[in-house]
Amino acid sequence: MTDIAARHSSHRRWRFGDPLFKYLTFFFAMMVLAILSAIVITLTVDAWPALETFGLPFIWTASWNPVTEQFGALVPLVGTIETAVIAIVIGVPFSFGVAFFLTEMCPHWLRQPIAVAVELLAAVPSIIYGIWGLFVLVPLFQHYVEPAMIATLGNIPILGHLFQGPPIGIGVFLAGIILALMILPFITSVMREVFAAVPAVLRESAYGLGATRWEVVWRVVLPYSRVGVVGAIMLGLGRALGETMAVTFVIGNAHRLSLSLLAPGTTISAALANEFTEADGDLYTASLIALGLVLFVLTFVVLAIGKRMLLRTTGKGGIA
Amino acid sequence: MTTPQAPTANQMQLDKKIQTRRAHIRKRHRFDYAMTIISYLMTAAVLATLAAILVTLFYNGIQAIKPSLFLESTPAPGSQGGLANAIYGSLVMTSIAVAIAAPVGIMAGTFLAEYARKSKLAEIVRFINDVLLSAPSIIIGLFVYAVVVLSMGHFSAWAGIAALAIIAVPIIVRTTEDMLTLVPDSLREAGAALGAPRWKVITAISYRAAFQGILTGVLLAIARVSGETAPLLFTALNNQFWSTDLNAPMANLPVVIFQFAMSPYEDWRSLAWGGALLITTTVLALNIVARLSAKGKRA
Repeated sequence: MTDIAARHSSHRRWRFGDPLFKYLTFFFAMMVLAILSAIVITLTVDAWPALETFGLPFIWTASWNPVTEQFGALVPLVGTIETAVIAIVIGVPFSFGVAFFLTEMCPHWLRQPIAVAVELLAAVPSIIYGIWGLFVLVPLFQHYVEPAMIATLGNIPILGHLFQGPPIGIGVFLAGIILALMILPFITSVMREVFAAVPAVLRESAYGLGATRWEVVWRVVLPYSRVGVVGAIMLGLGRALGETMAVTFVIGNAHRLSLSLLAPGTTISAALANEFTEADGDLYTASLIALGLVLFVLTFVVLAIGKRMLLRTTGKGGIA
Repeated sequence: MTTPQAPTANQMQLDKKIQTRRAHIRKRHRFDYAMTIISYLMTAAVLATLAAILVTLFYNGIQAIKPSLFLESTPAPGSQGGLANAIYGSLVMTSIAVAIAAPVGIMAGTFLAEYARKSKLAEIVRFINDVLLSAPSIIIGLFVYAVVVLSMGHFSAWAGIAALAIIAVPIIVRTTEDMLTLVPDSLREAGAALGAPRWKVITAISYRAAFQGILTGVLLAIARVSGETAPLLFTALNNQFWSTDLNAPMANLPVVIFQFAMSPYEDWRSLAWGGALLITTTVLALNIVARLSAKGKRA
């Protein structure tokens, strides 16, 4: 009897356990939203002096002069987009190739080790890509790859302008290559996921009709998972836009617009990494924070679009 | 078998049709073959790159791995030294950051998986969390600079910890939620049927079932955070000397590697390679351990 009574009272004592725990978890979940809002608000407030002084033309002004305090985002913005586009142009075919290999051709026992190895590539810290790029890829590009590109691609009319100038290794092109390498594992793993979501019946019927492996992937799997693949690419793009350290090592940090992809340039994140601690003057600091705000908005939009597209295909959000 | 006779016009047409069809099929198979080879080569190139990175790191870094690396602080250019202060700083900041981020992330993940589930609110939180997960880490550094460094008036290890914690939270939220959704509802129902209140079901049943998965998330967060450089550049900054004061700038491996690798001094560069080797092996080992423990769980 007393036992039951004791248990009863213990229940009563813990009546508040449930709501307490629930609201505790709720509170921490809201913290995720709070962090994002705080980032947006803080950056806007701290960038305000620059936004007020330069207004919207900040985005397409090319000058970046700490002495006369004339600041514009154009050069780093162009560099950011340039490197990210190079990364996508080179990274996506490779990601597709690796995903194709892993889903369609790889012997079963090899699948897991290779998939893990590719994913380890994503785990390598970006500073390691930077130091490796600077000491290994830069000399390689300077002596072999870029002279060859200038000799061949540089002669193409119009497009050739992108590949002219002295081969110095350091520059926008190499930064794009390293970014391609860095986003490859992400795009590959999301591609594998959306490829796996294609119903086996579709694949089997295509094979049954006599389609080759490539035809099955190109004409059946890819069209079926189109939206997801574009989502994967957008996620990769979002990462490429914001990547900092690897780019800072190899891009050359030159605030200069150049037609050639082989010339040094800068990106928003590289400019922040290089200049922020040395910026004196409120307007200089505010302009750098405004750059950060531009980058944040850009990546947010790209990532949000990518995420939406992926949600549509894999239907993740319920039980995945 | 067949006696040679002049083929009729009809047959000739048929033969021709078959031939073009065969040629077409051959062409398709050749194309398939070419694409297969290209895809093999691409995969090989990617794996070779990973190998090349590791080989370079070992080749350049191994000579820096000696007792002094762990015992002496970062030197002035031209003199002997190690990375002891940077290693200490990285260890301290990473562990405190993850110790702060883990409860926050696990609780938020619990809310998503156990309470909110498919509600509108959960969708929003999930979405924002995923965006934060891939947001540029340098922006996080900028944010912490504006909030912590400016208000404190100086760079400090605490600011670095704050930045790293903000980076770790979304990773832990995501894995916790994923792992908790793998726990079958029948387990929760069994718990509820025994009269356990919801919080008890979660802590005693869901957490226990998903423990290894949640641990994986924490390990992955440690791995990610210990290699982060950008957010530390303007929060923890760097410190040439041995310092245990969390209110002062603190040396840390990634920033030291950045500074030393970009420098013209040979002995600094050599230390940078040593540090790079140290960080990479740690991060990759953490990733492999995390993966193994997650795999054991699912099997």
